[in-house]
Amino acid sequence: MNTQTTIAGITFKNPVMTASGTFGSGMEYSEFVDLNQLGAVVTKGVANVPWPGNPTPRVAEVYGGMLNAIGLQNPGIDVFMERDIPFLKQYDTRIIVNICGKTVEDYVEVVERLGEEPAVAMLEINVSCPNVKEGAIAFGQKADALFHITREVKKHARQPVIMKLSPNVTDITEMARAAEAAGADALSLINTITGMKIDIHKRKFVLANKTGGMSGPAIKPVAVRMVYQTAQAVQIPIIGMGGIATAEDAIEFILAGASAVSIGAMNFVNPYTTVEVVRGIEEYMRQYRVENLTELIGAVQ
Amino acid sequence: MKEKQTAIILSQREIAPQIYNMWIETDLAEQAKPGQFLCIYPKDKSTLLPRPISICEVREDRKALRIVYRVAGQGTREFAGYRTGDTIAVMGTLGNGFPVEDAVGKKVFLMGGGIGIPPILQLAKEIRGEKQILLGYRDAHTFLREDMEKYGSVYLATEDGSVGVRGNVMDAIAENGLEADLIYACGPMPMLRAVKAYAAEHSMRAYISLEERMACGVGACLGCVVKTKEVDHHSHVKNARICTDGPVFEADEVDI
Repeated sequence: MNTQTTIAGITFKNPVMTASGTFGSGMEYSEFVDLNQLGAVVTKGVANVPWPGNPTPRVAEVYGGMLNAIGLQNPGIDVFMERDIPFLKQYDTRIIVNICGKTVEDYVEVVERLGEEPAVAMLEINVSCPNVKEGAIAFGQKADALFHITREVKKHARQPVIMKLSPNVTDITEMARAAEAAGADALSLINTITGMKIDIHKRKFVLANKTGGMSGPAIKPVAVRMVYQTAQAVQIPIIGMGGIATAEDAIEFILAGASAVSIGAMNFVNPYTTVEVVRGIEEYMRQYRVENLTELIGAVQ
Repeated sequence: MKEKQTAIILSQREIAPQIYNMWIETDLAEQAKPGQFLCIYPKDKSTLLPRPISICEVREDRKALRIVYRVAGQGTREFAGYRTGDTIAVMGTLGNGFPVEDAVGKKVFLMGGGIGIPPILQLAKEIRGEKQILLGYRDAHTFLREDMEKYGSVYLATEDGSVGVRGNVMDAIAENGLEADLIYACGPMPMLRAVKAYAAEHSMRAYISLEERMACGVGACLGCVVKTKEVDHHSHVKNARICTDGPVFEADEVDI
């Protein structure tokens, strides 16, 4: 049985990754799970300089999920290179670094710094964070802007580039095609869905940012649909995510067309989710006598 | 070592309106320190996130933990329905806890307000020093008062004036003419701001325990931050994680 999957020429031991922003750089969860067992660790978004993020409250619970408006707080690329990369290098897992920025130049600066580090397998470009006013999401909601930033990043990147797509658009396939046309090596989707929660007793927004990105099991059907539509529209591989809690959920995404999957909010609910999904996928493959995981990618009929 | 595990409920009862007292059997008790907390997970799948609840007391044999919590919403309402023998999913032990060693040979204020009172109990048990315990309540439902009286001199304040001094714990200090070298406090934000101001005015050190809406509880999601005076060693911005770098901070280090 072979659980390997390949994206843009990079082979992963299994298709299970962590969704950016839910797993730090792996340090906190390494107390709970053996990072060697993961296909990849996708790190929290990092910018060219430290970002303080949004005021609190930054998180809220909603039915079957949560809202977050962290605002991409991060220590900046210098600290990340000195602390987080050496930590992750100790493990036999792939490192995918998520990059955020406010301008094209910000992104390119981080892309170039990471080009010096061969341990970084891939770059994931966050153009879809709904919680940052400038930059970020603006690149992810207009096809021409997405095309432009993808092309600029590709010009400077030494590693394969994943563009992370926002679900907060009219037609995700239009965005996917724009990224592909600009040279993206892969796509990841979905980022969080913009939501809102109001405290009716205080008559106030629960989040200081008013809106936040919704994640968790409640968004899964939307995510599966978008992965399927995108897989029909483009040739490049897809990393699927959105509310995955179990191996069954992960397999749905793979059948819909994802070459790999990421676990996000469910890390907060069950810190062992990632490795449980790895084990569960193996069980599914045994049960249905699937020799190679790749047979399952897009196999829905 | 942090761990998520299944604990067994040994007992539960309501000790004041909407305030519940639960003992759970768990080996997390072996490592529990005063001021640390647990993440407790509702079973209802519509409420996914853990509820951070402070450790009130560690049983002498270190095989069980006591929590005292207020029913504040759907998750804690579910917890309140649990009975002896039921199981509960907990992660712990989390956070830094109060630095008890600083109190040796000193005169200390241990201050709790409302649902910030429970963690003060284990602190009062473990701390060495001359203990003056100040507790602030809404009304005459003075939960945990008798437990506290075993470990120090207890001074009460109630908002409605029904027991002790009318007002809050700061009023109890003034009315009783109390003094101390060091403060440990947990309670609502207005109380902690008053503690911080009092400590600054008297050039004292104060340790305050903060709370904020949390998601992961282990320092990964950056949901529960507090603004700090200096650039934080981990975040490299002026934000510290309450769940991991706290919940206990020196009052003059945080901007509250």
